[in-house]
Amino acid sequence: MALLLRKLCPTGNVASLRASSHFVFSPSKADPSLGETTKLNLYQSINNAMHTALETDPTACVFGEDIAFGGVFRCSLGLQDKFGKDRVFNTPLCEQGIAGFAIGLAAAGSTAIAEIQFGDYIFPAYDQIVNEAAKYRYRSGGQFNSGKLTIRATWGAVGHGALYHSQSPEANFTHTPGLKVVIPRGPIQAKGLLLACIEDPDPCIFFEPKVLYRAAVEDVPVGKYTLPIGKAEIVKPGKDATLLAWGTQLHVVLEVANIAKEKLGIDAEVIDLQSIAPWDVDTVANSVVKTGRLLVSHEAPLTSGFAAEVAATIQRECFLNLEAPIARVCGWDTPFPHVFEPVYLPTKWRVLDQLKQLVEF
Amino acid sequence: MSMNLALRAGLRRQILLGRLYSTQTTSADEFRLSEYSEKYLGHRKARFTEKLEIVDPSSVEPFPIYRVTDTDGEFINPENDPKLPKETAVKMYKDMTKLNTMDKILYDSQRQGRISFYMTNFGEEANHVGSAAALEDTDLIYGQYREAGVLMWRNFPLEQFMHQCYGNAEDYGKGKQMPVHYGSAEHNFVTISSPLTTQMPQAVGSAYAFKRDGSGRVVVVYFGDGAASEGDAHAAFNFAATLKCPIIFFCRNNGYAISTPTTEQYGGDGIAGKGPGYGLHTIRVDGNDLFAVYNATKYARELAAQNKPVLIEAMTYRLGHHSTSDDSTAYRKASEVAEWTEKDYPILRFRRYLERNGWWNDEDDKAWIAQVRKDVLKHFTAAEKVKNLPVDELFNDVYAEVPKHLQKQKAELKEHLAKYGEHYPLNKFQS
Repeated sequence: MALLLRKLCPTGNVASLRASSHFVFSPSKADPSLGETTKLNLYQSINNAMHTALETDPTACVFGEDIAFGGVFRCSLGLQDKFGKDRVFNTPLCEQGIAGFAIGLAAAGSTAIAEIQFGDYIFPAYDQIVNEAAKYRYRSGGQFNSGKLTIRATWGAVGHGALYHSQSPEANFTHTPGLKVVIPRGPIQAKGLLLACIEDPDPCIFFEPKVLYRAAVEDVPVGKYTLPIGKAEIVKPGKDATLLAWGTQLHVVLEVANIAKEKLGIDAEVIDLQSIAPWDVDTVANSVVKTGRLLVSHEAPLTSGFAAEVAATIQRECFLNLEAPIARVCGWDTPFPHVFEPVYLPTKWRVLDQLKQLVEF
Repeated sequence: MSMNLALRAGLRRQILLGRLYSTQTTSADEFRLSEYSEKYLGHRKARFTEKLEIVDPSSVEPFPIYRVTDTDGEFINPENDPKLPKETAVKMYKDMTKLNTMDKILYDSQRQGRISFYMTNFGEEANHVGSAAALEDTDLIYGQYREAGVLMWRNFPLEQFMHQCYGNAEDYGKGKQMPVHYGSAEHNFVTISSPLTTQMPQAVGSAYAFKRDGSGRVVVVYFGDGAASEGDAHAAFNFAATLKCPIIFFCRNNGYAISTPTTEQYGGDGIAGKGPGYGLHTIRVDGNDLFAVYNATKYARELAAQNKPVLIEAMTYRLGHHSTSDDSTAYRKASEVAEWTEKDYPILRFRRYLERNGWWNDEDDKAWIAQVRKDVLKHFTAAEKVKNLPVDELFNDVYAEVPKHLQKQKAELKEHLAKYGEHYPLNKFQS
């Protein structure tokens, strides 16, 4: 295997290794029925989605830290000029306040689109999200709800973000009934899924892979459209094994699938989970029934990561179809490191290695 | 001569430099003061000082306690009499005593194990009713858990208090929460939750929504002196002030957070002392003086309606135990409680006022309390007999619609109960 990997890996010098990013973005094709498209990167498509929401819903407000001038990632660029200071505004620097304020706005019937600057800083708002937003409808017998709430937060590895600009906290939230958690892999999905979250009658957390903000460019439909929450997408059909991922990692496993097909003759099916809660058990289970093998990969640490939930469920649903133990290729159980990022991440080489073992089991 | 000339030239140079230097200083000072005042300090005019002085917090005059009547219910300054109509004043008294009577019965019923938990409102009835009466019924209330008097004022049905404490099929909350976690969309009272202070930034968010929708509604959020120590209180004060929200923060400072006295809760001038630091309009009132609470809330509502957030700190005393899970004699003397009960019982203070007006007497009181006791007991007994919603209700309202994985879990429970139902208290649930 080591020999094989070396053969597959073009020898490069250290400098080029350091400069190269850990994934290659694969653009998607928008559904042609959605009409005219325009080239947008991920931050522009997020901006476009919020623009659409503000335009179509007069109660909608966009707020958070440094929103007014366009946001530190440019996602809210131009929105305040267009929609006014009372609809697009800065808040004091306080995540628990942002989340609590957003819940109250939503409970009073307004559409609240709150931004947490980095997923890493969502934890001060954890109590408001987990004890309050998630339980609002349930505990009031349906009299009150926070369904008009969407929390956007940047997410995932960025190359040099270290402990507090790299985290993938989705599993911290999937353990909470009442929340929906959604992560797009590119601009087309980002616009459709964000608009779906904003319109959804339940509180949603929308994680945006920050490394894709500028890197991911594709032809995004100009008009309004939504993509269904709770649906996974088969990005590449295959028959030998199922590769499941979301966000940036989808591009890693997709590249692995292409390498595996070309060099090893392994035909893997690649699924983008998209909605982490509630997740699309049927699409994944149907795929595994067909392939008999499952590999789940995410940047977040292995232990209690969402891959564990997927593995346990699929083991239960597809026990008689499984030809090999389910593989999980994840971040190590450490904080997210600075200089060690290249060896922390579940790289394509680690995924490829596990895929090969899965098929040879 | 030449020396003289040189000296003169030097002097001139010095004067010129000095002038330049001093004009620069003046303009720099002006620039900085204007910057600091306008941009940093919210248009507050700042000055420089050469006196080294660190402000000693104990040297700052504490907020005075606004009162309208003395402990006998007499107006100290008759100009402060809001001149309540008889009907209003009697309703206030009736609501306070109804709450007090219900508290006694439900407290005892918990001791008998008939309901699982209870929290009384003893000693704080006047701040509930006094503030609620000063609001519009459409104003949205966010509470902590010791504000049942606000619901009484809004005519929340007596039987609904009991249904909620039992969590039976009639409970608006569908039996999901612990007793005293009331809520009613119809009465504009957001459902109570146990985590302290979480309601405060939420209340600010709702107030912001009202500011935008032009409905003229304001939000009132109640919280205790202990809750004010949570980070969410800081968030709420700061967001309300910077986003200029129509909200009243109503703090019930009753001296204790469970066993913790206020001396271990904060080092400053109570809760009111925090207000100006956030840019909030602030007042401290005698929370046992219904008129003081009423006047303060009425005026606060006017300010709030102009998007000037207000903080009211109502000074009171928690006469009862924290809850039915607490024996307060473990951390405070019974004599302290007795003294407060004897010297400043808010309901009694208000009753003296009614009696002086000839609006109430002993006979009225006896008849009314007997009537309320009967009503409470009747509804209590009735509520005890109402079954809980069917077990399937467990899975409702987690999301707007029951998602597939929960439908599956619902079916799994049903199947399990079909086999093992005898081991569960199924007779308590509707089928």
